Amino acid sequence: MSDPLKVRIRTVLKTAGSLQQGVEAIRDDSDLHAAGLTSHATVSLMLALEEAFDIEFPDRLLRRKTFSSIDAIAEALAEIGVRDEAA
Amino acid sequence: MTPWLAAARAVGSEIAGRYADDVDSRARFPAESLAALKERGLLGILVPVSAGGPAADIADVVAICHELGRHCASTAMIYAMHQIQVACIVRHAGTSPWQQAFMQRLVHEQLLLASATTEVGVGGDVRSSVCALDERRGKFRLTKQTPVISYAGNCDAILATARRTAQSPASDQRLVVIPRADATLELQENWNTLGMRGTCSNGYRLLAEGEMGQVLPDAYADISAQTMLPMSHLVWGGLWLGIASEALSRARAFVRAEAKRKPGALPAGAGRLAQATGELQSMKSDLLSCLHQYEQARASEDVLSGIPFAVAMNNLKILSSEKLVRIVGQAMLICGLEGYRNDSIFSIGRLLRDAHSAVVMVSNDRIAANNANLGLVLRDDPELLA
Repeated sequence: MSDPLKVRIRTVLKTAGSLQQGVEAIRDDSDLHAAGLTSHATVSLMLALEEAFDIEFPDRLLRRKTFSSIDAIAEALAEIGVRDEAA
Repeated sequence: MTPWLAAARAVGSEIAGRYADDVDSRARFPAESLAALKERGLLGILVPVSAGGPAADIADVVAICHELGRHCASTAMIYAMHQIQVACIVRHAGTSPWQQAFMQRLVHEQLLLASATTEVGVGGDVRSSVCALDERRGKFRLTKQTPVISYAGNCDAILATARRTAQSPASDQRLVVIPRADATLELQENWNTLGMRGTCSNGYRLLAEGEMGQVLPDAYADISAQTMLPMSHLVWGGLWLGIASEALSRARAFVRAEAKRKPGALPAGAGRLAQATGELQSMKSDLLSCLHQYEQARASEDVLSGIPFAVAMNNLKILSSEKLVRIVGQAMLICGLEGYRNDSIFSIGRLLRDAHSAVVMVSNDRIAANNANLGLVLRDDPELLA
């Protein structure tokens, strides 16, 4: 069964990530930048995640690596206290 | 003063300055200056000791660009662009034997490196590529349509961006080092511009073949954020400050001559000169503060890749290019007709034309749009002295 947090990240990614391929083709550990996530789209994704999870990323997480994969995003969210709960 | 800066000063005042007008009027490569820079070993100074170089700092290169900028902006720009490429290899070569051997050659043979990051069809966005590395059995082939490759006709190697594979999206790029001997350049467009005429930034169709070891191991996204972007804006900031300083130096000489002719009376241009001197001071402070910020950040990939750092470096580029144009314009007004003439010792024309390149080479509007996007997620500065 897939992690509910990652399911919610995928939902956000689908609308805000502007990926070349569908989000279904992306594994949790796939490199999102290699999948076409541009630096411009990274900002949109960051804002969409903040909105969806009602959080604010601290300065130290405002970097490319934080948004490099679904796993990395989940890790960052966990770090700022977002727990695995269904939406 | 470091021996490198002293050598650059000698090249600037004895050689680059002497040929600057000829380089400008004929839009030719400043061969004499570049030969002199090579002769004094100034092309490989960033290379680490492990590869036979003297491991100079970015600050040393910025100081040299500033010095050269006073005498010949084209020479300074070529030196700056070369060092941006060297910095990318030095920081991102990893343990690749090909890259290590190349750095050794760079020092021993004083190779001049050019850049092919722009491409026809991407609308000026260097973080997108149309062309791709076509890899077969450890070898690659590449064909790239470039609107400009500065001094390609006189370089020893070209660093080109390309998509990682033919299947990769436009933003998944790599940077590959192509020795000039392994590249075919088909001239498409001649460089005939308002200023920076000696950079000879013609457009070419670039065809190359090589081994995969020539591809830098890091993603170009990281190379760009951590090295190419900050380094570009710092070295350009240095040479632009050189152009602005030279313009004000001519304006100051003009005002002083007038003050000597009529002792006791404040010359007409003195107020404007004081104002422009304040702007030059702020341009210099911005550069030194960003240089300091880079030195603080350089040990941490995370800080270098962070949004606050990118915004600061982008602002350095926008602000110093705008200040440069204003300062040189002020110098022209101060010197009046003597500044407007091409044959006077107070002539500002070439400096003014070279200065205008700063706002269009990587358009300020594009950088401002990037900063507007990044600004959406930027946080407040927590503390003044942090």
